[in-house]
Amino acid sequence: MQPPAIELEHVRFSWSGGPPVLSIPSFRVAEGERVFLKGASGSGKSTLLGLIGGVLTHDAGDVRILGQPLQELSAIRRDAFRASHIGYIFQMFNLLPFLSTVENVLLTTRFSRERASRAGADPRGEAKRLLAALGLRDPALLERPITALSIGQQQRVAAARALMGRPELVIADEPTSALDTDSRFDFLELLQSECAAAGSSLLFVSHDTGLAGAFDRTVAMGDINVATPLS
Amino acid sequence: MELLRLAVRSLWNRRTTALLTISAIAISVTLLLGVEKLRTAAREGFANTISGADLIVGARSGPINLLLYSVFRIGDATANVTWQSYRKIAAHPDVAWTIPISLGDSHRGFRVLGTDLDYFAHYRYAGDRGLEFAEGGSWGDLYDAVLGADVASELHYRVGDSIVLAHGIGSVSFAQHKDKPFRVAGILKRTGTPVDRTVHVSLEAITAIHIDWQSGMQASPEARISAEAARHRDLTPDSITAFIVGMKSKVTVFMMQRAINEYSEEPLLAIIPGVALQQLWSLVGIADRALMIIAAFVVFAGLLGMLTAILTSLNERRREMAILRSAGARPYHIFMLLIVEAGLLSLLGVLAGTALSYLLLISAQPLIMSHFGIYVRVAVLRPEELMILAGIVGAAVLMGLIPAWRAYRNSLADGLTIRV
Repeated sequence: MQPPAIELEHVRFSWSGGPPVLSIPSFRVAEGERVFLKGASGSGKSTLLGLIGGVLTHDAGDVRILGQPLQELSAIRRDAFRASHIGYIFQMFNLLPFLSTVENVLLTTRFSRERASRAGADPRGEAKRLLAALGLRDPALLERPITALSIGQQQRVAAARALMGRPELVIADEPTSALDTDSRFDFLELLQSECAAAGSSLLFVSHDTGLAGAFDRTVAMGDINVATPLS
Repeated sequence: MELLRLAVRSLWNRRTTALLTISAIAISVTLLLGVEKLRTAAREGFANTISGADLIVGARSGPINLLLYSVFRIGDATANVTWQSYRKIAAHPDVAWTIPISLGDSHRGFRVLGTDLDYFAHYRYAGDRGLEFAEGGSWGDLYDAVLGADVASELHYRVGDSIVLAHGIGSVSFAQHKDKPFRVAGILKRTGTPVDRTVHVSLEAITAIHIDWQSGMQASPEARISAEAARHRDLTPDSITAFIVGMKSKVTVFMMQRAINEYSEEPLLAIIPGVALQQLWSLVGIADRALMIIAAFVVFAGLLGMLTAILTSLNERRREMAILRSAGARPYHIFMLLIVEAGLLSLLGVLAGTALSYLLLISAQPLIMSHFGIYVRVAVLRPEELMILAGIVGAAVLMGLIPAWRAYRNSLADGLTIRV
């Protein structure tokens, strides 16, 4: 049995001594599971992602990622752990404008030996394979500056980067909110199938409930967080 | 390595600012190296211009003035030394040799020096090096000239060419000695001293070309004396500008100096070249230290410019940092990235500045020589200069700590949140 990708128990978090903004009795994402996390802005989504990424540290309880309790790691080790095991996709502006498409995808392997070794002997080839799988096949496109790509294409490059070196967990934070409806579903489909191919669990955060049907499970932020929201 | 690549790409993305920053550093480094080269060259040049001479004698003025016009060909003599006084001192039993010097004419910006054959026999520079001919030999005829290496190379003269001397020392002179042209008899090997920029003729030739001149004007055409006719006149000069003295024994140098300075028949001044060089150097030395301090401040200003450029870029680059962080970069990667950036900018600035300084040096060398009599050698960087350059890069990296620390703190506070 593999440990769950994400496991939170009795987690509490507050900003420097203030009232708790997050109080989660239990939240799990099983290995290989694809979970849709919905919630309005201000519901504590970003804080939760901060805790899972080890950027923020909780006041009490357990945050275990792939079975590893994050509170037992130093800040430096948490950074290294995240680099090796979690791939990120954000809403927009995910890419460095001064690197080529392929270079952007390769970025994750540059900062983690583990991701680099899992990407295989030819990381450049693997990056191109991922880009092709996500619908970016045109070689000319790969050499073009990032700024010449459409937002939809940029998000696919970001997805390829997050999936590079097959991380156990992919966290997508509102990745489709800048896309139009058609490319939204296209993107989601490609992301899902590539996560499945890489064996990565997926935590997909969005306020767009129209997408929820494509996931194994939907979790509402309000259901897991029992902290009284600030008025 | 990875960070270096990223830093290069990131800088290339901001190449206008980066280029300006590099230029500012480069220019300041050029200035610093230029000043350093100049003062080293000046110091070496001073010591090397004349050696083996025990005394320089001229009309009474200041020792530095005498040194400047007799050795460096800068400025003019206020008065002359009579031929009688010169002969009297030259004939003194303690005197081993003398070199007469007669200045006042020029050829296309180069000074003309009237002297005799002892000049080629006794003039020493840079320790114990004597003058040697690259082509031809010393003069055989009255209207023969011997050129310094720079005169020949800059004006493309060969042995046998004909040249016309100009009256006075301006580089553009209207009064020319057209009626008495000279033939190039020999060209000296390069010495790295003002000799290279001098046209040498005999004292008799100087007398000959001025034989029909009075108070700076040539006589009316009917009163002129032709070049041929001048040969038959008595060409012993009435006076010379200065002369260099070599003594048989060093012991007698001070005695002779005092004797000349107390010479009753005409006001003369004898200086010991080494002592006068020292005096001149202590005078110039203040200026050169001041220049060095100014140059150091300019470099500091250049580095401050770099610091400003990096610091102002930080806010627009928060997104870049957050993207790097989400792709797995640790805060210390961000820290190092900025240090590398500062190091890179300063290194490129230093390299460009060094290249520029050599370029300027090579092109300005003849000008510096002709205007200041200083021979700046174009050589590889000395260890001291390398230390200075390394120090500049080191200081830049230290300054880079400031933006690096800010970016480090930003990236800790921002986490993975991309702030647009």
